[in-house]
Amino acid sequence: MDILSIVDQSKHNYTLRDLVNEEEFVDILEERRNSSDLGHAFRTFSPHPYKGAPSCSTADLKRLCWSPSISIATEMGSSVEEVREEATGILEEMSQNLQLGFIRLMGYTVSKMSKRLFSSINVNMEGLNRLQQAIQEHPVILMPNHRSYADFLVISYILFTYDIPVPVIAAGSRMKMVGEILRRSGAFFIRRAIGSDKLYWAVLSEYVKTIVRTGFAPVEFYVEGLRSRTLKSLTPKLGMMHMVLEPYFKGEVFDVTLVPISISYDRVLEESLLAHELLGVPKPKESTTGLLKATKVLQEDYGSMHVNFGRPLSVRHLCQGKINRCQYNLIPRDLPQKPTAEAQACVSWLAHLVVRIQEEGSLISPWSLMACLFLQAPTTVLTEEGLLWQQLTEKTLWLRKLALDFGARLNWPEKIPDLDVMASSVALHRSIVQRKAGRVYLVREEEPAGKRPISAEEGAFRTAAAVLMMASYRNQCLHLFVRPAMVATAIHIAKTTQRDKIFPFFFFLQDLFANEFIFIPGKSSQDFEEACFFLKKCAAIDVSQQEVTVSDAGQEVLSFLRALLKPFIDTYQVVFRYLCEDGVHSFSEKQSLPAVRNLATKLILSGELYTYEALSSDTQKNVLSALRRLEIVTKSRV
Amino acid sequence: MASNSSGSSSDRQRIAQQRLRIIAGHLQRPEDGDSAVLSAECKGQVSKTDEEKTVPKRRQEIMKWNGWGYSDTKFLFNKKGQAEFTGKRYRLSGMIIPGLKDWMEGTFGANLQHKSPATPVLTSSAVQPPTINEAFVEEVKSTGIPFSHDAEDRVFRAHGHCLHEVFALREGKIGRVPDMVIWPNCHNDVVKIVELACKHNVCLMPFGGGTSVSSALECPPEETRSIVSLDTSQMNRILWIDEKNLTAHVEAGIVGQDLERLLNESGYCTGHEPDSMEFSSLGGWVATRASGMKKNIYGNIEDLVIHIKMVTPQGVIEKSCQGPRMSTGPDIHHFILGSEGTLGVVTEVTMKIRPMPEYQKYGSVVFPNFEQGVACLREVAKQRCAPASIRLMDNEQFKFGHALKPQVSSIFTSFLDGLKKLYITKFKGFDQDRLCVATLLFEGNREKVLQHEKQVYDIAAKFGGLAAGEDNGQRGYMLTFVIAYLRDLGMDYYVIGESFETSVPWDRVLDICRNVKARITRECKDRGVQFPPLSTCRVTQTYDAGACVYFYFAFNYRGLSEPVHVYEQVEHAAREEILANGGSLSHHHGVGKLRKEWMRDTVSSVGMGMLKSVKDYVDPQNIFGNRNLL
Repeated sequence: MDILSIVDQSKHNYTLRDLVNEEEFVDILEERRNSSDLGHAFRTFSPHPYKGAPSCSTADLKRLCWSPSISIATEMGSSVEEVREEATGILEEMSQNLQLGFIRLMGYTVSKMSKRLFSSINVNMEGLNRLQQAIQEHPVILMPNHRSYADFLVISYILFTYDIPVPVIAAGSRMKMVGEILRRSGAFFIRRAIGSDKLYWAVLSEYVKTIVRTGFAPVEFYVEGLRSRTLKSLTPKLGMMHMVLEPYFKGEVFDVTLVPISISYDRVLEESLLAHELLGVPKPKESTTGLLKATKVLQEDYGSMHVNFGRPLSVRHLCQGKINRCQYNLIPRDLPQKPTAEAQACVSWLAHLVVRIQEEGSLISPWSLMACLFLQAPTTVLTEEGLLWQQLTEKTLWLRKLALDFGARLNWPEKIPDLDVMASSVALHRSIVQRKAGRVYLVREEEPAGKRPISAEEGAFRTAAAVLMMASYRNQCLHLFVRPAMVATAIHIAKTTQRDKIFPFFFFLQDLFANEFIFIPGKSSQDFEEACFFLKKCAAIDVSQQEVTVSDAGQEVLSFLRALLKPFIDTYQVVFRYLCEDGVHSFSEKQSLPAVRNLATKLILSGELYTYEALSSDTQKNVLSALRRLEIVTKSRV
Repeated sequence: MASNSSGSSSDRQRIAQQRLRIIAGHLQRPEDGDSAVLSAECKGQVSKTDEEKTVPKRRQEIMKWNGWGYSDTKFLFNKKGQAEFTGKRYRLSGMIIPGLKDWMEGTFGANLQHKSPATPVLTSSAVQPPTINEAFVEEVKSTGIPFSHDAEDRVFRAHGHCLHEVFALREGKIGRVPDMVIWPNCHNDVVKIVELACKHNVCLMPFGGGTSVSSALECPPEETRSIVSLDTSQMNRILWIDEKNLTAHVEAGIVGQDLERLLNESGYCTGHEPDSMEFSSLGGWVATRASGMKKNIYGNIEDLVIHIKMVTPQGVIEKSCQGPRMSTGPDIHHFILGSEGTLGVVTEVTMKIRPMPEYQKYGSVVFPNFEQGVACLREVAKQRCAPASIRLMDNEQFKFGHALKPQVSSIFTSFLDGLKKLYITKFKGFDQDRLCVATLLFEGNREKVLQHEKQVYDIAAKFGGLAAGEDNGQRGYMLTFVIAYLRDLGMDYYVIGESFETSVPWDRVLDICRNVKARITRECKDRGVQFPPLSTCRVTQTYDAGACVYFYFAFNYRGLSEPVHVYEQVEHAAREEILANGGSLSHHHGVGKLRKEWMRDTVSSVGMGMLKSVKDYVDPQNIFGNRNLL
């Protein structure tokens, strides 16, 4: 399986899949259902801390981290005292205040809530053991994917339960009351728009680096930056990533350990909220009252949750040959500096790698496979005639085999008959689908009664909300298929069997969709090889040195894969069409999104466009980002 | 003259020459009678002081051919299994070291049953026959300068003391060696030799004390010309002492211990004491930019030299006066300092001397951990009050030093030791596995020393340091002389090791120590070394803007098929780690051939070009072809 290798220049030639191994999951809620939550909350918490440095308190931490360097003050044109004062203010606003008491409170609440919401929270114990080991050796960075607000609570809860130091967490926003509780549970807060505030950036970065340097606690942050509204991985953000890596780059620690964590939900708490956000309904302010309103959420069943702690990654090992650490020799190390192109590339590569590992480590639910197939039927069929249950189940089983061929990690219960598994998946998602008389229908949200008849546009939006919810569950397994799907599409477009003619199309697709899906930079040909390998494995294609030929049996696989990519291609086309048709030469991002949405709605209603996914603002934004990256459009300030 | 009449005519001639020179010497002599030691000019004659000189032409008479130092001195395990240090030369000589066996077994997993003995004698047949440049040899003969083609003589000058060099010797493996050894007796001899070498295109490799640890003395295997080792050891006189300016003019072949001893006889010293000073030579110090342990008072070699005379293929390079500082373009001394024998032979050096210190006092301080210790050294450097020497050993090295404590004679001493330990670990709460110790040496007049001592101890106290006695300090310094002997003992029991050094800015000292040690441990593990290595460091010198850090690294190589290769890979990795952590390529060992690959990165391409162009001008034929540095 060396075609999957990611670290080929070193002797440890391991593959992405080796980094996420199949392991036993244990339901941690089981014990909670059998014993007292209070007892759990007041358990003796005695984690093994990092051995490398003497322990330090929260107050020590603040003191350590900001001795304003003279050069910053000079750069800002103010006195050292002024800078110090301002920095102290920033630090107060930002810093966590980890207290065991609040961890216990949090533990108690999470126990109560999760038992209500989830049927199980499954954790790989091997991963926890490895983490426990790793934490003693080097500073550890926990890097979960971000799918729900529940993510970080659950991780801290698990670590608390298993005597592992609870992390300090980079949180993007602030809520007043809850904020304080979160702060005492280890969260520190980062302003959303840092922009060019140099001092803020300097204080934040020094704060994070001090935590890493001292091994105060594991640092946890979302490399995707935000909670993914599409449940698809987001292009990693590099700022925080760079901060946690810099202590290694600058030799302040021997190594930094990254632990990717893959969290998978059967059903996401915020599913409907997310779909509405995608449609452009403004996101409710992350206020405490907003959260309280979410109590409705607490009355439903969300199935199970899987938390997969990935294999600890040694930054030192991964960065071998990718970064020349001597570049930091000539300037004081505490002086904030713009990272060099080399450092940027290295950080970006690592960040993408981590996200890919998160993807590979997540568990794919039967429901996600069903959603793939469901969405390939015309939307009118889904809303009007309904999809034949038998057809759906048969095709799902076919897809299950394909997924397994592609090396998927499925969360498919073995002891339950397949049909029951699928039936219960549908039942769990009754907010989106309904099974009636051997058919399955897409469920649109109920309008409040007694209102005026809804317009065609409103109807389209309601359908779109349901489709986008469905699409997000499909997206949970998209990473598995996206590379083979691109090969399938490339074969289709290239209309040739010549390998060296197909690859450029594949490369083009990867390049174009690099904001949509996660591809590790510089790994295209390996991705291509890997995709061909899987397609060959499931007998869809035959691969020789020069040729890629499609087998007869392969048509079904290839057309399924192409259809999987189609909504994205269509959406990109809509945006391109908007940009071309209107002859727009310059436009503001704010204006363009509604305009594209109007165009898409028009096209859907006129029957020219089949996919409701074109209404997803995230995809539209991704198109713009891609065009900017490819330097087809440029951004300028007005 | 009657007695002389029975002598041969050459004898008469010689004596006549000598008289003439003495007369000439009187004529040249400064008006005042201050010079304490007279110059004795050149060639052949055995002056009285020669008998007191340490290094004979035939080094094999007193030194080991395949290990460090004097033949009569070594560590061994006696029949009772106790470690013993033989000979009479050192403070530790003749003593039993009870703790060493346990330390070796515990640290390396070594076992007294598993020996890896060295080949006992050098077999001449293992040495390739010399490539002789007949014409050169003929002309050398006519000058009367002594030379030799003897296999033993040649092998002795074919290596320094890198691990791989000594390891190969112990296995009886001899690579390319010089084809001839020549012993010039004075500057003029060297001038002649260099002229002849240029005329006949032979390769010259200057040889001083042979203590190189940079592969500098290794003969380039690709060299096809006849290689002549130019051994400066017989150029070992102090030519004059100038008490008005406090300088001494010395021939460059003199070794450190002789230089100090002879100066001491006149009440002076240079204060230049590299750890290798028993064997390393003045010319070698200049050629490698050496550093001495007491540089805080006396300075490093570049601070000590006033005037250098070097013979190059283009002629002799020297300055015209002895002004203490000049603004006359780039200092030409700095082309010579650190040139590592690639440009010529340093023959005579005028260097600063000082009156011998009135009072010396050792001392030591125990710190709860290495971090505190480094913080203290930094503060001492900041206040510019460093004693003659201040060194900070890490915990591993502290334990190592402890293991080398000789057997104590009285129950009382061991009781006292026990009390001290109890006080530090129990009462003061120091963790035995974290504490570290700084050793100190103060010099000067008594009153000032005591005052200085108090100042340093007061600073130490601020960093949690506790004074730990003179004895600990003195033992720490003694260790530096015996440690090289210890390596030979290790090699008898499957343990190989080496030391290497760097210099680094203050803010990176802790980071570099931690990272390099961790890198060594990890590399050893990755390469199949069965037992964790000894990976330890000490901060040995302080400067305004940084410090010199010295690493020791050793491991048990049982079970490894190519131990030296593994060793070299680990050392290479450790050097990369040093550079990645902002450390220099070398503080005082030099570059040689061992660290050449990093030179360009170290001095930039332009810098390399500058050095190369100097080499090209001075030595276009590459007569000084040891291929060091560039």
